[in-house]
Amino acid sequence: MVTRGFSGRPRPQGGEGRVPPGQSLTDDFPVLSAGPTPHIAEADWTFTLKVGPKPIARWNWAEFNALPQTTLTRDIHCVTKWSKLDTRWRGVAIDDLLAAAGVDAPTDYALAHSFDGYSTNVPTADLVGGKAMIALAYDDAPLAAEHGGPARLLVPHLYFWKSAKWINALQFTRRDEAGFWELRGYHIHGDPWREQRFSGD
Amino acid sequence: MATDDPPFAMQPPRLLWQTATIDAIALQTPRVKSFFFDLAQPFAFHAGQHVDVRLTAPDGYQAQRSYSIASAPATTGVIELAIERLDDGEVSPFFHDVAAVGDNIELRGPIGGHFVWSVPQGGPLLLCGGGSGVVPLMSMLRERAAQRATLPTVLLYSARTWEELIFRDELLALHARNDGFELALALTRESARRERDYARRVDAAMLEDVLARIDGTARHVFVCGANPFVEAATAALLQTGLGAALIRTERYGQ
Repeated sequence: MVTRGFSGRPRPQGGEGRVPPGQSLTDDFPVLSAGPTPHIAEADWTFTLKVGPKPIARWNWAEFNALPQTTLTRDIHCVTKWSKLDTRWRGVAIDDLLAAAGVDAPTDYALAHSFDGYSTNVPTADLVGGKAMIALAYDDAPLAAEHGGPARLLVPHLYFWKSAKWINALQFTRRDEAGFWELRGYHIHGDPWREQRFSGD
Repeated sequence: MATDDPPFAMQPPRLLWQTATIDAIALQTPRVKSFFFDLAQPFAFHAGQHVDVRLTAPDGYQAQRSYSIASAPATTGVIELAIERLDDGEVSPFFHDVAAVGDNIELRGPIGGHFVWSVPQGGPLLLCGGGSGVVPLMSMLRERAAQRATLPTVLLYSARTWEELIFRDELLALHARNDGFELALALTRESARRERDYARRVDAAMLEDVLARIDGTARHVFVCGANPFVEAATAALLQTGLGAALIRTERYGQ
């Protein structure tokens, strides 16, 4: 349905083919989260890899930072309608995390857990093969608390609520178990190119 | 947010786009207008939820934005969205400069199962809004009044000036009912107009003072506004000793 009198902004230049349907480009980095920003001291930070309820590996801040790190430059897309091109991240690829723990991907699904109680589910296939990392730095600087620092999940090809801020565990699960927003009506997978914003999309 | 989250609202299994007709437009402040939409398919919702609005250009280009619902769930069939004009925006200038009564607009909802409140959840309730962040809080206050609830409730509402307070007269009238609702206004670019109001940005001392008006504690806290406001208000709330798990936030860019 054409909206009477609406013409819209000049169509994105340089972003052709890179802006999913319903999204608008921004140069800012908006902050969205469901509660207060936690400020986690590096001394209190740990990261646990789990299979089901069972922890299989655990790192403190120094140990985690000693893991091999990679950089990724990717476009990101938030379900609240903004997209940002060419964002630059550094962190530990999920592949390298699994290698450090000495395991192959144990199940087909994973749940990311955060210090503040947040969780989000991601299929393992969206995490491995260089697609995702635990990000420690954005734009060559340590990740700010309001953007998820000290560490956040980065799954740039899915809507950004999947890139859990303040991550402290990655749990492999046998079934695809809905996380925080997925229980509250958001899409179980969240592919921006298929505009999977809400359940049923 | 925590494992002992209060019950959350469910969305319909599928959110369908529908055509809504603009029934009325009201100027709220120099920069905010309310749009009243007559829904082809009315839906039940919880106070605090939002809708997505979708505009389509003749070449098929579409822009979508989210707007909180200002009206109370008790009001059926028509929903109110209060839209602030952002000069560099794409959708809000359309609403302010082009949209007219009788226009058809596509929208879908209700959306958001976290930043929600209903009377059975109870209180004491602390609402904290900056600028147009007051909109979803207004839905909660209207619902509370419509259900004749008397649970202790306080709204701390910060705006630049008296003129920019959205729903100002209605809020003053709600306060005058003396039904357990307290209103505290914080103006950042003008002096306070009412006794016990503030003329500064939100801080921990102000929040302690505001909490004292509902006997010093709150069971549900909702904070909404531009991100710098929400960061400042939630940091101050944590300083007063309130638990992070009680505090729900809704933020927008800037």
